[in-house]
Amino acid sequence: MASVADKEYAVQMRGIKKYFGSFCALNGVQLDVEKGTIHALLGENGAGKSTLMNILYGLYQADEGEILINGRPENIKNPATAIKLGIGMVHQHFMLVEPFTVTQNIMLGMEKTRFGGVIDEASIRKDVLELSERYGLIVDPDAKIEDISVGMQQRVEILKALYRGAEILILDEPTAVLTPQEIGELIEIMRKLASDGKTVIIITHKLGEIKKSADYCTIIRRGVYIDTVRVEEVDETSLASMMVGREVKLTVTKEKADPGEVILEIDGLTVADSRGIDRVKDLSLQVRRGEIVGIAGIDGNGQQELVEAIMNMVPAKSGTITVKGREIQNRTPAQTLAAGVSTIPEDRHKHGLVLDFSVAENFVIENFRQAPYSSHGILDHKAIKEHAAQLIEKFDVRPAGCELNPARGLSGGNQQKLIIAREVDNDPDILIAVQPTRGLDVGAIEYVHKALINVRDQGKAVLLISLELDEVMDVSDRIAVIYDGTIVDSFDAEGADENHIGLMMAGGKRK
Amino acid sequence: MASNIFLAITITFMYAAPLILTALGGVVSERSGVINIGLEGMMVMGAFTGAAVGYYTANPWLGFLAAGLAGGALALLHAVASVTFKANQTISGVALNFIGQGLALFLCRLFFEGATMSKTVPNPMPKLFGFLGLPQVDGILAQLNVDMTFIIAVLLTVVIWFVMYRTKWGLRLRAVGEHPAAADTLGVNVYAVRYAAVFISGILAGFGGAAQSLAVVSLFTPTVISGQGFIAMAAVIFGKWTPHGAMLACLIFAFAQALVVLLGGGAVQISPQLLSMLPYVLTILVLVLFVGKAVSPKADGVPYEKGAR
Repeated sequence: MASVADKEYAVQMRGIKKYFGSFCALNGVQLDVEKGTIHALLGENGAGKSTLMNILYGLYQADEGEILINGRPENIKNPATAIKLGIGMVHQHFMLVEPFTVTQNIMLGMEKTRFGGVIDEASIRKDVLELSERYGLIVDPDAKIEDISVGMQQRVEILKALYRGAEILILDEPTAVLTPQEIGELIEIMRKLASDGKTVIIITHKLGEIKKSADYCTIIRRGVYIDTVRVEEVDETSLASMMVGREVKLTVTKEKADPGEVILEIDGLTVADSRGIDRVKDLSLQVRRGEIVGIAGIDGNGQQELVEAIMNMVPAKSGTITVKGREIQNRTPAQTLAAGVSTIPEDRHKHGLVLDFSVAENFVIENFRQAPYSSHGILDHKAIKEHAAQLIEKFDVRPAGCELNPARGLSGGNQQKLIIAREVDNDPDILIAVQPTRGLDVGAIEYVHKALINVRDQGKAVLLISLELDEVMDVSDRIAVIYDGTIVDSFDAEGADENHIGLMMAGGKRK
Repeated sequence: MASNIFLAITITFMYAAPLILTALGGVVSERSGVINIGLEGMMVMGAFTGAAVGYYTANPWLGFLAAGLAGGALALLHAVASVTFKANQTISGVALNFIGQGLALFLCRLFFEGATMSKTVPNPMPKLFGFLGLPQVDGILAQLNVDMTFIIAVLLTVVIWFVMYRTKWGLRLRAVGEHPAAADTLGVNVYAVRYAAVFISGILAGFGGAAQSLAVVSLFTPTVISGQGFIAMAAVIFGKWTPHGAMLACLIFAFAQALVVLLGGGAVQISPQLLSMLPYVLTILVLVLFVGKAVSPKADGVPYEKGAR
């Protein structure tokens, strides 16, 4: 980096160490952010990016190290201190009170009042509109959070920080929930903020966005500082290898699909949630043998309810779900399994594994009633363990010989391998993978994608549901876009246009 | 017939006052995210303290205020357990119900020569005309002579509604009950807000107890509070966690109690045992029919842990 003397730094963090119990999350990390720049913080999941930023925002305390804000050493003990120092943070999971209006969320904790604590909402509303116009952060000040789009919710979060006079803005994984168009708008907004002298720090693991938006990039890996680079001087591949620590392939290679007969056919499916609101609406979809159909869509457009209905975890209100010609809707999860449907669930802790059971027990959790794993209601632990040992070897679950370890002790990537091994070993006709790479690092993502393609190449059908548009575009053979509970468009993945998909995901009309 | 209707309204208002005050306490506590099942125990403490202080000072107003403090003190125990130590709020509340019952009875024996009942207070809480120094009147106008405790309950409903929806404290209270992490990241002290809310809920439940022992009857007995705290909790849910909704719900429940009195003395022969079940049956019905659909504050009953996701 250039010498410190001739530059003005908004944030300097030196030798930051942070332990959670005996686990060292950050081991002497440094970060220097120049004023008025967009600075990316790059690292894999669990590398310590969010921890570092939570320390800067006062949510955690560093065990060692110092923090300088605008050149002055500061002790940031809580978010209130951070806010006073002009630091604002937009969390990955938005911190918005859903039944409140946009204005109420922005003023919370910094309400302007007249006599006796009575809120002067009109005056705050005016301030919000002014800020919103100045930075192109379009919001409806009177709408309730629960009624507005995710993109607008994010703009509310940014306004919240600006309303508090933030000069340094931290955005934690800001693009994870956005459509490509919204990402473009966000980058515009970040530029506007930076040119207005504000400093923006974005936490991300998406290389493309760093190239598009950031001036500088600091890379951390497993809690260790790696380097800080000027973004224009590096390419995506070198960023990736700095992040992972080895050469990685960023694209998926696969043969052309050779689809056979229809395995899963959904026709006119409607599913209501627990409050009686329709989440899947008259949805129709086909998945053939030997192809991967990817469902692209923004979170909350009915993906979850669709999967739950196929798995028979919630009832279908109307319509049919047919697997190999047999209707399976409104039966039981066991009957879905028996019909040849396997699932890699979205939440592997909640629906995929019993974390306190051993790895071996988790392997047979769907078929422990059958021989050879049990006879006359008594489990055969020897057979269960042998079965586990086979799958551990075949699917490279690490550490080797972990049959009797609790599943909780495995890393996220290996927990996912366990689930994939179990579901593929069921020899299903169709595999449904929901967010299969969520929270995994680049190496594990590569593994999962290969596994899905292998399943396809064995002549099975694969339905991939993911919020990561890149993943859907890379892995799928055919793409179906879901919006507001229904498939609005579907086409071959090859030559698919990202902008078109983005428009469809956001509810743009069919061509 | 007309006089019967007026009588029903008068009795409804009388019974409603303790319920409304306590339900307001429930609303304040639950909107901050702390379930307060201990309302019943706090009412009992309030009922005893109100009667005891009312007896020894001969001043019902002092008794009423002391009852609020007693309820508040008991509520602080709940706050310590459920906010600071993040205990299960249901269990803490159940424990408080036992403590409230037991402590009130113990103190009663201590202060009233081993009796489980207090002596009758010389001056119960006044009614409106008495309070304003107006002469007693007959006929329809007499119906306006409602309990002062009812007037206080209605005024507090308005005050709490205003604070909750028009002031910054109300905004923070509701934010803490919906999304404590959001409030925390904006510098709102979640624990302080919850402590204050639980304390206020205890004060209100204490008032509720005193409204029973100083206005509905004029002494403390071990059964003077028999389920009103739970009826008030049901009213909180039925009223969708709003002060005005809870007040309306309490009026309905109180009307059921008034019916018990009216029908019991009327020409129609109904078994008194069946009749006295009416308010409780109504409560159960309301809970069964409405709880499923009512949307509670999102963080209601969930202890707040900093940094937890």
